Amino acid sequence: MLIKIPAKNILKDSNITDESVYLERRSLLKKMGFLGAGALMSSAITTNAKAGFFSNDEAQASFQTKALNYSKDTLNQTLLKTPEQKVISHNNFYEFGAQKDQPIALSQDFDVDPWQLKISGECDNPITLDYADLTKMFPLEERIYRLRCVEAWSMVIPWVGFSLASLLKKVAPNSRAKYVAFETLYDPNQMPGQADKRLGGGITFPYMEGLRIDEAMNPLTLMSVGLYGKTLPPQNGAPIRLVVPWKYGFKSIKSIVAIKLLEHQPPTTWNKLASKEYGFYANVNPKHDHPRWSQASERHITTGGLFSRNRIPTLPFNGYGEEVADLYKGMDLSTNY
Amino acid sequence: MKNEAKVYILKVLIHLASLIPLVNLYFLAFQDELGADPVESVIHFTGIGALNLLLLTLCVTPVAKVTKQGFLLQTRRLLGLYAYTYALFHLFNFLAFEVQFDGALFLGEVIKRPYITVGMAAFLLLTALAITSINKLKRKMGKSWQRLHNANYLIIILVTIHFYWSVKSELTSPLFYFAIAIILLLFRYQKIRRIVKNKFS
Repeated sequence: MLIKIPAKNILKDSNITDESVYLERRSLLKKMGFLGAGALMSSAITTNAKAGFFSNDEAQASFQTKALNYSKDTLNQTLLKTPEQKVISHNNFYEFGAQKDQPIALSQDFDVDPWQLKISGECDNPITLDYADLTKMFPLEERIYRLRCVEAWSMVIPWVGFSLASLLKKVAPNSRAKYVAFETLYDPNQMPGQADKRLGGGITFPYMEGLRIDEAMNPLTLMSVGLYGKTLPPQNGAPIRLVVPWKYGFKSIKSIVAIKLLEHQPPTTWNKLASKEYGFYANVNPKHDHPRWSQASERHITTGGLFSRNRIPTLPFNGYGEEVADLYKGMDLSTNY
Repeated sequence: MKNEAKVYILKVLIHLASLIPLVNLYFLAFQDELGADPVESVIHFTGIGALNLLLLTLCVTPVAKVTKQGFLLQTRRLLGLYAYTYALFHLFNFLAFEVQFDGALFLGEVIKRPYITVGMAAFLLLTALAITSINKLKRKMGKSWQRLHNANYLIIILVTIHFYWSVKSELTSPLFYFAIAIILLLFRYQKIRRIVKNKFS
């Protein structure tokens, strides 16, 4: 046929918005004088308009991540994953700002190389890992885990890393080692939230977390160096972070510089701030509400926007009860929250 | 320029400045451009918007007095009704997207969570003010209209407490708003003193 009749759904070139106009649409609107309106009526205090009217197009990510070699998670491939763009642009990482869209904006210049991860305390073989060790010392695996925030939202993230157990076995904890403490980097020059109390969300730094030794040695507990097949972006806790999928997300401490084996339970940041609201164990528990909101259900963030019916019931231990419930046999989880 | 014209222009500006961000918010939401948690985004945006408009409404009388521009007083109802509009959307977002029309869950949250109880109390009061903003009702109510609308002072306190109790740790914003509210209430110190005295005499 010499005469082409295009299908109805094929856009003509003339329908496609010129790329430069598309990218400039927000600045064009700004020039048309709508600048004051939104700022006046909404986020006058925060540094970014939540609605994104005046902020950049898809959050800019200029930090260079690298591809990783790892073995795939064959068991969990059917889990519906949260899209990568959401995983890397919606973060609670107060070191880079307490609004969820601030970490990606403020952390792109974060230096991860050189890095020192020091493991010490009650062990026979204390070591210090440098940047290369993080991805080379242990074979890497993909672990597709649910992450449940204490704020009652959750994601499904394909992490890449190695089990904390293999790291701890290497340092050989002694008989006095009952707990493991973790600490985040303290560097106000690189982490603006540590320099400015308002930006930093009112918590004390450096961020500290801890686990019981048996929780730390559980096969699920992951030292993550990557997600979606690449090294971690800074806003997700580069270059190395913890992932404890059966606990609320604040236990999964980011950008770790120190791990210490201890005899006694270490202090943890959120528990110090509000002990009635955030416990040491912080196991996901739909039966134990946060004093100010319910934990019985969560907004599950995967694909879809405002209208997706994404409220799901919260599972005990975030659905990992089979693997970890035994750790808490005999414990009253309503007092040990 | 005649006062009538000034009021007209101001009202047009208030309409634009209030409606455009709200429409834009849902426009972005429909296109899934509100980030990973659009539910939190729309609830927060409409909540802060309502609080801002409420404070603006309370600013009018002090500003009009200080600048001796009485015509400004005619914008109070419009501003107040937009505060109510944002509050209505704030509540609707919670009902529709957060608890997803689960009636029992909604009622449970209102009763069990103090910050939501306080917010609901403020909303119910604001609803009474919105309904009685109609000229006909205002005339019918006579003196008791002003007494009812003095509830604005209570509403702003309830709303700032609602905000304060809803945040995890970032207290700067709620405290800032609380400070502004106190300043605006101090303008009415004599009046509020009289009200409290009369209530407890």
